[in-house]
Amino acid sequence: MYAQMIKSEATQDDPEKVAAFQARIDAGDKIEPKDWMPEGYRKTLIRQIGQHAHSEIVGQLPEGNWITRAPTLERKAILLAKVQDEAGHGLYLYCAAETLGVSRDELTEMLLDGRMKYSSIFAYPTLTWADMGAVGWLVDGAAIMNQVPLQRTSYGPYARAMVRICKEESFHQRQGFDVMMKMANGTAAQKRMAQDALNRLWYPSLMMFGPSDSDSVHSEQSMAWKIKMNGNDELRQKFVDQTVPQAEYLGLTIPDENLKWNDAKGGYDFSQPDWSEFFDVLKGNGPCSVERIEARQKAWDDGAWVREARMAHAAKKRAQKIAAE
Amino acid sequence: MSNEWPLWEVFIRGQHGLSHRHVGSLHASDAEHAIRNARDVYTRRKEGISIWVVPASSIAASSPDEKGALYDPADDKVYRHPTFFDIPDDVGAM
Amino acid sequence: MSVQGLIRLGDNTLILGQRLSEWCGHGPALEEDIALANTALDLIGQTQLWLGLAAERSGNGQTADTLAYHRDAWDFRNLLLVEQPNKDFAVTMMRQFLFDTWHYEMLNALTDHIDPEISAIAQKSVKEVTYHRERSTDTVIALGDGTDESHTRMQTALDRLWPYVGEMFSADEDDLMDMAALRPKFDVHLSETLQESTLTQPESDFFHQGGKTGARHSEHLGHMLATMQVLPRSYPDAKW
Repeated sequence: MYAQMIKSEATQDDPEKVAAFQARIDAGDKIEPKDWMPEGYRKTLIRQIGQHAHSEIVGQLPEGNWITRAPTLERKAILLAKVQDEAGHGLYLYCAAETLGVSRDELTEMLLDGRMKYSSIFAYPTLTWADMGAVGWLVDGAAIMNQVPLQRTSYGPYARAMVRICKEESFHQRQGFDVMMKMANGTAAQKRMAQDALNRLWYPSLMMFGPSDSDSVHSEQSMAWKIKMNGNDELRQKFVDQTVPQAEYLGLTIPDENLKWNDAKGGYDFSQPDWSEFFDVLKGNGPCSVERIEARQKAWDDGAWVREARMAHAAKKRAQKIAAE
Repeated sequence: MSNEWPLWEVFIRGQHGLSHRHVGSLHASDAEHAIRNARDVYTRRKEGISIWVVPASSIAASSPDEKGALYDPADDKVYRHPTFFDIPDDVGAM
Repeated sequence: MSVQGLIRLGDNTLILGQRLSEWCGHGPALEEDIALANTALDLIGQTQLWLGLAAERSGNGQTADTLAYHRDAWDFRNLLLVEQPNKDFAVTMMRQFLFDTWHYEMLNALTDHIDPEISAIAQKSVKEVTYHRERSTDTVIALGDGTDESHTRMQTALDRLWPYVGEMFSADEDDLMDMAALRPKFDVHLSETLQESTLTQPESDFFHQGGKTGARHSEHLGHMLATMQVLPRSYPDAKW
């Protein structure tokens, strides 16, 4: 997902307070910024919300790659609005993380120096216009699976950010599928692009949910804290079950020979992605990992004088106002 | 020295004459910049017609530990809530 | 009524919208990134209206999209100013400020145009452009006044773009209105803003020409169109 492999932090707080805290969560209370919370809860959330925010910001890049080449004025406007929404989502999430006592600048520095990650999916390239369809359809589709339940997460500012994001996200997946329909029903070249996009992005999309829960030691605590709402395998299954009929509708073939409906479990059997590739990507060896961080670093460095100048101007204005009084 | 723009809380009044509502936060160098940023960030879908911004550092908040003291006494004043009163149907809407 | 005049307006907003969209994901702060995209979106929307009307009036089966995607550089009628590359944020925002200041006055005048369709587009656009001008003016002031570095960058940007200001006020019979008449109001807003931003207005009144007539665009336009038009040109049978 947008937050993968989030390690829950061990907590060494007063057991009585911890028990009372857990009772609040179990009762469905929202935890708010000034409430007491275990140090581990705070740190885990910073990491999770921060990674989610970074994913939105880095996620602007693969789609941004096609804004200047969008094939109609309307498609250009839609794609630009969508990538802009992602900046907005990043902004809401950074603000939610900031209520936990970390600044946006600190989070940005941690992204740039590799201490924090972003979702593996955005380390993959977008190579044809069909990728704009596939990203919306598959990547946003996968993200929504995770984000809808997160609207009920225990941390108030995070839940509220997710409510806003989900409201805006609904158009993203639809526009992706709309592009995909045009491509899949288009000329031979367009169909080829559509199938190629699905071939390249299918397994990276499955990776978004993270490795199997049985391999994940961190899920349990996060689920008890209600900052992780569903298991990885459960969401991945749901995603496959939802997506296969859509691919059939498009007349595209999911690149998995083992894909088969399983009556007994009421879902599809499917092949796992290559998890060694996933771990390589997380280590910074994705096909576009270097370019993505390079682009964010450049924006950060090139923007420094602007951020500084605005502060200097504001300070001068304040001084003038005081002098005038 | 950090040049991070300060954090602002954004309140927006929508079309229907309701009170300004907290919608989120953003960073800006001063109040005017914050209002413009709020317009660009929080009214992209024509959500509002009036914007307030407040430096996050200027918000005074009740302490969560006092939550009981502040809010519990109202719990037994149910008459403050309109649904407390049964109004006969033939009186009409009220 | 001149179709060329409509194409000029649509090409300005198209080319500048395209330039601004290059920033998406690369802005100096998230808030600025989002704001630049809003301006670009407004400009692309205005393009659909102006080029849509131009296509309709030319009556030869064109659409806003065929005009945008199937003309070569010599048929574009945008000002040289808007095809100038983004360079840094200083050049981008100075270009925006100069264009917005002209655009605002131009659209305001067009709201009274005798042609109701032109007047309607101008009325819709001027609302958006009022905000564009407000935002770019504020940015020019803040960055001109801010630090030594930002001041130098903004002054350099102004000096670099100044030779493209005059073309906005060069007039011919293809224009929808008398562009020269806009200069006094432009100058007032310009000098007020530059004064507040501690920037110096260049003295030269030389200006480059050839954008709005199509006689001689800069080298930049061809590259931009090669990128922008690649899909419809490479796959002429495709529908997107």
